[in-house]
Amino acid sequence: MSTSDWIQIGVFLGIFLAAVKPLGAYMAAVYEGKFTRLDGWIYRILGVDPGEEQSWQQYSIHWLCFHVVGLLAVLGILMTQQWHPWNPQGFANLPFHMAFNIATSFVTNTNWQNYGGESTLSYFSQMAALTVQNFASASAGMAILVALARGITRRSVGVIGNFWVDLTRTTVYILLPLSLVLSLVLIQQGVIDNLDAYVKTTGGQVLPMGPAASQIAIKQLGTNGGGFFNVNSAHPFENPTPLSNLLEMIAILLIPAALCYTFGRLIQDKRQGWALLGTMLIIFVPFLLLIVWGEASNMEGKELRFGTVNSGIWAAATTAASNGSVNAMHDSFLPLGQFCTLFLMMLGEVVFGGVGSGLYGMIIFAIITVFIAGQMVGRTPEYLGKKIETFEMKMASIAILVPPLCVLVGTAIAVMHPQGVGGLLNHGPHGFSEILYAFTSMGNNNGSAFGGYSANSVLVNILGGVIMLVSRFGVAIPAIAIAGSLAGKKTTPVGLGTLPTHGPLFILLLAGTVVIVGALAFLPALALGPVVEQFRLR
Amino acid sequence: MMLNQNQLMESLRKLNPKHQAKNPVMFVVFVGSILTTVIALKDADAFSAWIALWLWFTVWFGNLAEAIAEGRGKAQADSLRKSRQSVMAKKLTEARYGSAWVHASGADLHKGDFVVVEAGDYIPMDGEVVEGAATVDESAITGESAPVIRESGGDRSSVTGGTRVLSDWLVVQITSQPGETFLDRMIGLVEGANRKKTPNEIALTILLASLTIVFLLATVTLQPFSAFAVKEAGKGAAVSVTVLVALLVCLIPTTIGALLSAIGIAGMDRMLKANVIAMSGRAVEAAGDVDILLLDKTGTITLGNRQAVAFIPASHTSEVELADVAQLSSLADETPEGRSVVVLAKEKYGLRERDLGQLGAHFVPFTAKTRMSGVDLNGREIRKGSMDSISAYLAALNRELPPEVKRAAEDIARQGGTPLLVAADGRAMGVIHLKDIVKGGIKERFGELRAAGIRTIMITGDNPLTAAAIAAESGVDEFLAEATPERKLSLIREKQAEGRLVAMTGDGTNDAPALAQADVAVAMNSGTQAAKEAGNLIDLDSNPTKLIEIVAIGKQMLITRGALTTFSIANDVAKYFAIIPAAFAATYPELNALNVMGLRTPESAILSAVIFNALIIVALIPLALKGIRYRPIGAAALLQRHILLYGVGGLIVPFIGIKAIDMILGVF
Repeated sequence: MSTSDWIQIGVFLGIFLAAVKPLGAYMAAVYEGKFTRLDGWIYRILGVDPGEEQSWQQYSIHWLCFHVVGLLAVLGILMTQQWHPWNPQGFANLPFHMAFNIATSFVTNTNWQNYGGESTLSYFSQMAALTVQNFASASAGMAILVALARGITRRSVGVIGNFWVDLTRTTVYILLPLSLVLSLVLIQQGVIDNLDAYVKTTGGQVLPMGPAASQIAIKQLGTNGGGFFNVNSAHPFENPTPLSNLLEMIAILLIPAALCYTFGRLIQDKRQGWALLGTMLIIFVPFLLLIVWGEASNMEGKELRFGTVNSGIWAAATTAASNGSVNAMHDSFLPLGQFCTLFLMMLGEVVFGGVGSGLYGMIIFAIITVFIAGQMVGRTPEYLGKKIETFEMKMASIAILVPPLCVLVGTAIAVMHPQGVGGLLNHGPHGFSEILYAFTSMGNNNGSAFGGYSANSVLVNILGGVIMLVSRFGVAIPAIAIAGSLAGKKTTPVGLGTLPTHGPLFILLLAGTVVIVGALAFLPALALGPVVEQFRLR
Repeated sequence: MMLNQNQLMESLRKLNPKHQAKNPVMFVVFVGSILTTVIALKDADAFSAWIALWLWFTVWFGNLAEAIAEGRGKAQADSLRKSRQSVMAKKLTEARYGSAWVHASGADLHKGDFVVVEAGDYIPMDGEVVEGAATVDESAITGESAPVIRESGGDRSSVTGGTRVLSDWLVVQITSQPGETFLDRMIGLVEGANRKKTPNEIALTILLASLTIVFLLATVTLQPFSAFAVKEAGKGAAVSVTVLVALLVCLIPTTIGALLSAIGIAGMDRMLKANVIAMSGRAVEAAGDVDILLLDKTGTITLGNRQAVAFIPASHTSEVELADVAQLSSLADETPEGRSVVVLAKEKYGLRERDLGQLGAHFVPFTAKTRMSGVDLNGREIRKGSMDSISAYLAALNRELPPEVKRAAEDIARQGGTPLLVAADGRAMGVIHLKDIVKGGIKERFGELRAAGIRTIMITGDNPLTAAAIAAESGVDEFLAEATPERKLSLIREKQAEGRLVAMTGDGTNDAPALAQADVAVAMNSGTQAAKEAGNLIDLDSNPTKLIEIVAIGKQMLITRGALTTFSIANDVAKYFAIIPAAFAATYPELNALNVMGLRTPESAILSAVIFNALIIVALIPLALKGIRYRPIGAAALLQRHILLYGVGGLIVPFIGIKAIDMILGVF
């Protein structure tokens, strides 16, 4: 790799890591309740008592209800869009299976897209259904993380906070202001934001229009990734310049990384937050370098204005975090790059992962790590002062079991069903990679598309929708349950006999567990896709 | 590792599906063995037959580990059972010695009955001595051949069924029902018959089961994946069920799955070897977690008794004179402290021991009321006692304690000694300096504990000054002076509220509440029934220092469990490299590039992985039974050491092992 490649990677890593501490501290202050001026009236309107705390069961029920209502709302809007305003192109109502897939996809922060935005959805649908869920699903993920942090700090208490307060504060004080700033900068860079009808150029080309910038900011910041246009951030109206590209790439990892610091602050042990961030980085950086190195000579499916390095960085960031936006087509990556993007998702979206969800997933992996290896210091396992016992292990086991279950079963059904293999562009191992990628993306709530696989069939829509729901809820609810169970426990003081969970050894151990436990299940499947392709290149 | 026929038979008996179903990981192997056996028979396929054979070995090796672990306890149980021989008891009609008795068999005795046990008789069941005192041979239970004294009242009143009275007689009130005696429970515990999974074991089983499900999914879905690959490639065949089963068994954590219960049994067994009976596996586990040890000063930190080291006379008298009266007052005092006064006077001033009878002296024993002892000799009243009691004694005679005596006594207390004041003829003669002798090496031991993150708290009835001095000398972290059972209990509660796990030892009835409250409670076998009921571990040697050993044994068990789990999971990486290229050899020969071990043929590769997977269980049985030694070097260093040994080792060893087995298979 050339010096300029290294510089580009360095600038990217440097800027987003520099933002970790200030943004993380700000978010911690938000969750500590230092700002109350803007959200108080919302609780009054909604009739929520912000001081009333919930048990983990109540928290889960409110969390679930919020998702069900969101799901029904999106479903309703999409299935009736032709009667709504701001539909200059006159797009028709969507059939149920398609609307279901889109609704589950956006509600679960997956943003898998079985449609092309500019050829399917009205501006109203984009704004009222999808952009709203971009905020809502991101806030809901971060709320759980905050509840988990509370569970860790509290002693022998039955409640873990109020879901509505966590949700509102996240939206009002974190996501809205950040999105507003980013949208304005993107508009300045040339991203469009209007409600006009599509424009036909003198050359006869039709240029799609729409309120893009406002959606793109939150799509990047909230690890959503659902593009306004079909080709996502490869489209010049979504991502016109190198600067917009850099900002959008940074926005992918910004909040997930900063949340590590926030978590450390909230549990009053910043070292623990840094250790979790360190674990993410020692997995992320090697894969990033592998992709950039592997794609150095491959311009197929990439935008000339970004080049291979920025396409590689984006690919690593978007699959490590469960963002899923793309600025290049992963289908055209060389096998090594395909392997890396697949593998990063298969780790369970815990290396940065989704906002909130990535970190609570990583904390669940830390619990598993402590359980496996922690006993080697001669004590029953404990993490952050809390004993890890049967209930936590049950929940953590469910959480690590659900994503592979979704991916493997989904892929298996798809390869056996004519509708599942019908949409393949390629055959042989690459065809298998296309299906595997689609279900890995949905089964880990990533949402990025490999390209090449036309996934808009009834089978893939319904199966995929179910998988996205199961995967999101199957990790989220256990995480809330763990929060509740930990809150009810005593806190063991840290001593010399306690397993240190902030040192380099634990970081390596946690990374090893994520890689081995998180990915062992997928090695046989990977062998049949990108691995075979890689060896065929020789 | 000894293997006898019983253990062999037991390991085969454990092939019962009901037994296998208790362990989810091994149950999957069990089902896989049946499946591959059926395939081998149906298709007359030699490869499937070999796989099936080794899968059966895998299941059997797991059973064997358990049978061997249990077998050690069984031998012990058999010897215990011999002492439970049905004895004829002399059941009293009235609860007093000398009343009429009738012969009754042990099975006819009930809680509340009274029996008389005379020299040569076996004590029929557990009970409380209500009358008499006798020497009892408890070697059947403790293994200690020296007889012990059992007497009514006090802390030595409990007797155990199956022990034998050597001299004198006892009237015993039966405190247990037939079949529920200490001996019965002990037999059950050492046999592992009523062994329940410990909480941590259950949690680990859940994790292992979920990993098993993940790998089950990975292998089951591999069938359609490979069928798709075959269709696309147009060659080869989908992965066979035999290969899938082989892959599954290699990937699921069979090593730890097979050894898990053996590790638990071995942990209790190690306690037994240290002459400690664990009333549950949970107690052993909790022992590893303890972060506070409550240690009784006397017997644990200091030698059992204090010794006189100096005489400090009052101003009106001399050291020799003080030594003389001190010796006189102690001649009949049989306590170790009393003896040491006599010895010191003799050694330091050449004062010979005199016979009280010849002197015509009258011994005044220590009573709870006067809290003094002494002699009345030809009209002289010599008394010795604590500062408070001597002051009170003098005050009653309208005398005062001379200031220099008071100062000397306070100085001694400040240095950690116990001042014993001597008065003669109504005048204070001076102070005897009694000193606690801290056990050799105890400071280093506490240092080790501190390095391991365990704090020690000394419990003593001494005043705070004395306690502080001994605490400083012995290196304990904290102390509780002027301890009463209530204060002990509240200390435990306070520490537990901070989230700490507390261990303590106790023997007296008044220790029972604190024992019941402590997380790890070691009752002395010599102690009362109430203490033994409240404890979750019983130390047959009645050695208070044992607590430290118990903690190490608990840690050893947890370390062994964690190390073998880590090893088991780390092993998977190599197995993938062996099996994946082999499984897809016909469809995608390119994948042979993953065959980094250079295994000869696909069949040999898969079989080698399965054989390795089975043999590693056998290879690790000794480690599981012996346990991994605990080193008090702090958690961070310990983790690093064990990660290197069992984590990194677990990554590397199977590469070597599988390659070696493949080479050996090539010879045939």
